[in-house]
Amino acid sequence: MIEIDRITKTYNGVKAVDAVTMTVETGTITVIVGTSGSGKTTLLRMINRLEEPTSGEVRINGVSTLATKPHLLRRRIGYAIQGHGLFPHHTVARNIGAVPRLLDWPKDKIEARVDELLTLFSMDPAQFRDRYPAELSGGQQQRVGVARALASRPDLLLMDEPFGALDPIIRARAQDDLRRIQKALGSTIMLVTHDMEEAIRLGDRVAVMDGGKLVQHGTPAEIIAQPATDFVANMVGEVERPLRLLSLIPLCDLVEDGDAPGAALPADASLRDALAACLWTGRSAVPVERDGDVVGRVTFDAIRARAELRA
Amino acid sequence: MRIGVGTILRPALVLLLLALVLRPDWFAPVFRPLAPEGAPAIYARSSLLSLSLSHLGLVAAATAAATLVAVTLAILVTRPAGEAFRPLSRTVTNMGQTFPPVAVLALAVPALGFGAGPTLVALFLYGLLPIFENATIALSTLPPATMEAARGMGLNRWQRLVQVELPLAFPVILTGIRLSVVIALGTATIGSTVAARTLGEVIIAGLLTSNTAYVLQGGIIVGLFAVLIYDALVQLEARLARHTGGRRTA
Repeated sequence: MIEIDRITKTYNGVKAVDAVTMTVETGTITVIVGTSGSGKTTLLRMINRLEEPTSGEVRINGVSTLATKPHLLRRRIGYAIQGHGLFPHHTVARNIGAVPRLLDWPKDKIEARVDELLTLFSMDPAQFRDRYPAELSGGQQQRVGVARALASRPDLLLMDEPFGALDPIIRARAQDDLRRIQKALGSTIMLVTHDMEEAIRLGDRVAVMDGGKLVQHGTPAEIIAQPATDFVANMVGEVERPLRLLSLIPLCDLVEDGDAPGAALPADASLRDALAACLWTGRSAVPVERDGDVVGRVTFDAIRARAELRA
Repeated sequence: MRIGVGTILRPALVLLLLALVLRPDWFAPVFRPLAPEGAPAIYARSSLLSLSLSHLGLVAAATAAATLVAVTLAILVTRPAGEAFRPLSRTVTNMGQTFPPVAVLALAVPALGFGAGPTLVALFLYGLLPIFENATIALSTLPPATMEAARGMGLNRWQRLVQVELPLAFPVILTGIRLSVVIALGTATIGSTVAARTLGEVIIAGLLTSNTAYVLQGGIIVGLFAVLIYDALVQLEARLARHTGGRRTA
């Protein structure tokens, strides 16, 4: 559990981060979202002490981060940034093994961990281990950057706009990968972004920052349905609100018995996908399948009822 | 592999240089027409091999010392604490470059006596600037994301310097060393005016006796050394820059 306790950062009398208090549960993704200048990156960088807090403290599993020397603290906290920051003069394997090497892991353990992570990120170890970062595509570099941050099984993974430099298609894939890997490893992640879409897609909890203050911290559904301030409502977007809400609800929540024409959608697709399918193909219901078998349908009326009910 | 001019020219020049240094007598017919009546065409007062080794040794020692001092200075002025000394360091190294080597030789002789000493000082001072400038630029223009990641993953200052900053800056520093070496190879010949043992001895002997054969012989050997060493360092830089400079794209 990560406890952020009244943490403040002042630059020349201006509060970049103003008494932010929040708790991050182990094994969850918390997305900090805000405009530029909202203090979200400063907040993140105070957790691994790349910035020293002016006042307040952060506790990881009950222990204050101020109790450890900064560089030793950082070895326990994964850090992935926009533009990956890989070492261009080291191979992929050496990049991923950087922190385990700092922690004096035995060589064979590091090698095994590197191969394990490459496999997890769908990169064939035999093919990629000995390449240099310049020989990888942007998406591959970014995956190696995240793998490097996860290599020593850190207590916490901090990510600062990790997908900012990727094109939309690769970004969506990277987000899905992160979700899958986080579930598989049970990692605790704090991620900073300016993209509300990304926050809703990835976050178990979303924290909205504005002018150095934490204005709302809750589940994505809460942020969408009950925005605490106009700023949060603005970030969500009036027009996108119902669609964002629907994107959080899987089809299996609304599935009912019955037939429907056309191609089936998987049960873990969202209501937004179903709505799009209904609108695009002029159907009033779409079939739902799980593991290749049709298990029922979701109707257009049910989707509409669900959206109205929440708003 | 690319087959360029270098593939053929390089071994040919190496062979020519070896022959000129090890078997100077072979070239007697070539230089004979340039020598005055009755004078020898080939310099024989001391072995060209020993002069070459002494010449290269001086250059290597001076460049090594200049590299050590210039890179240390560059590391210091690129730390936050040393930033204030950057203009001062630039002025000092610039002065080293502005001072004519002959003047340095003349001034150093009373203090250090005749021989290799004054030459070493002159070459050292002359070599500082290119290495310092390149090292300072290389160390202050490292990729910011890489530096941020290095700090964020828990490398301490020393580890960042040794494992990340210096390896990434090395190809550019090497360019500075290459410039210094080439300048020093030429400048070292002047050292023979204060009795340092260099290939300049051959050239000066030629000038004193109006023997163009000697002048050419010394000049060609020094020139070939400069060209070949320059070329070797360029090759080394290209090899190193392949990974660190990101010149290769995916």
